[in-house]
Amino acid sequence: MSDTETTEDEQEFEKLPDDAAVDLQAEFEKSQVQEVLDKLDKELVGLVPVKTRIKEIAALLLVDRLRRRFSLTSETPTLHMNFTGNPGTGKTTVALRMAEILHRLGYVREGHLVSVTRDDLVGQYIGHTAPKTKAVIKKAMGGVLFIDEAYYLYKPENERDYGGESIEILLQVMENHRDDLVVILAGYKDKMDRFFESNPGMRSRIAHHLDFPDYSADELEQIADLMLKEQSYQLSDCARQALSEYIPIRMELSHFANARSIRNALDRARLRQANRLFASRDKALKKEDLITLREEDFRASRVFLDGKLDGDPADGIMNEMSFEEK
Amino acid sequence: MPMSNPGNRVTQGQFSFLPDLTDEQITAQIKYALKNDWAVNIEYTDDPHPRNTYWEMYGMPMFDLKDPAGILMEINECRKTFPDMYIRVTAFDNTHGWEAPRMSYIVNRPSTEPGFNLVRTDRVGRNQGYSIVSYASNKPEGERP
Repeated sequence: MSDTETTEDEQEFEKLPDDAAVDLQAEFEKSQVQEVLDKLDKELVGLVPVKTRIKEIAALLLVDRLRRRFSLTSETPTLHMNFTGNPGTGKTTVALRMAEILHRLGYVREGHLVSVTRDDLVGQYIGHTAPKTKAVIKKAMGGVLFIDEAYYLYKPENERDYGGESIEILLQVMENHRDDLVVILAGYKDKMDRFFESNPGMRSRIAHHLDFPDYSADELEQIADLMLKEQSYQLSDCARQALSEYIPIRMELSHFANARSIRNALDRARLRQANRLFASRDKALKKEDLITLREEDFRASRVFLDGKLDGDPADGIMNEMSFEEK
Repeated sequence: MPMSNPGNRVTQGQFSFLPDLTDEQITAQIKYALKNDWAVNIEYTDDPHPRNTYWEMYGMPMFDLKDPAGILMEINECRKTFPDMYIRVTAFDNTHGWEAPRMSYIVNRPSTEPGFNLVRTDRVGRNQGYSIVSYASNKPEGERP
């Protein structure tokens, strides 16, 4: 194989003598981490504690890299993380960015994110779980394994559940293949806490616990703006007023999933807008009509009319739930 | 002692005339295969006869991997399970027109390689027929190392 590329391993740096000086700023610029952090700032509204934590982790890893050049540390730091927070608070998005940051700093080789849930890890019968978990782990190697709703792996009420087997394998890999893969667990805070209580081994192998706070109404409005901009829609002034009234009411209702609920609300407003345009299809449409969401598109929501979730009482709530949960 | 092959080593697939590949070299080769989107799998056998093309597959075929570390992990598992067998890594190219293994190399050999017995048969008109039998397959399957 003459064309086999001998790729220079990014992780191999020359060792420095004790009296050498290094430029942290230069190193920082070279890693292009700032780019990812900026992207994170732009894409995600609020989440200040999370962003601060990520910056801290990035700084730690950068300094660690320099320390390695002076041969002060040789071990790969434990990078496994735990993201807790309510649904729709941006855990998956942050995990994606985290993978990118780790890749730029050279802590994972490929920087891809493999997102899985219990179904992908745990098998249906004896002997099914280990190969399944291992296949997922192999796929995630060189990148980040993101386990959503990780607490479902452990079901204490069923002692014959295969989830435990999966946890065993994960623990082993998290310990022995620390330079090959980073595991990020995610889920509701209280359930994750209970999960860690019953799996102390898991807790001790996770270095960083990040808690994602719920968004405030203001932040949700900013998020709505971002989403609309992305899809080339705009709000009329009255519609904006309706939306800012809608958000606090929706926050009080059940199954509120932060940004995801906002996205669903906007999707339904788009649906109503399309219907409205279609109903008056004899009139000529201008570009502005196509991009503007009007007040009535929001006011028609059941959240306003009778303080309930949108949709038919019979199947609507179920629809809403499946939307919000997945 | 054969002059051409002093260690009496089986020479099949790529790199087989070279000293055994190190894990690092194996990783680099797997990386090349993954870069080309070939599916890498691990196979083992105790009968290295050159016509024995169908080796046993170890575990599942591995698709959609991005990094060689997972495959190296499987190779090491396989070495642990079958320390005295031949293990090879094969990379299969599924693109139309190829649909064939593009790489194949041995990553594990038994500690002693008994080699092959040359069997001569007399045929009609004093013709000689030649065939080889691997010594390793002399014993029934369950009793081989």
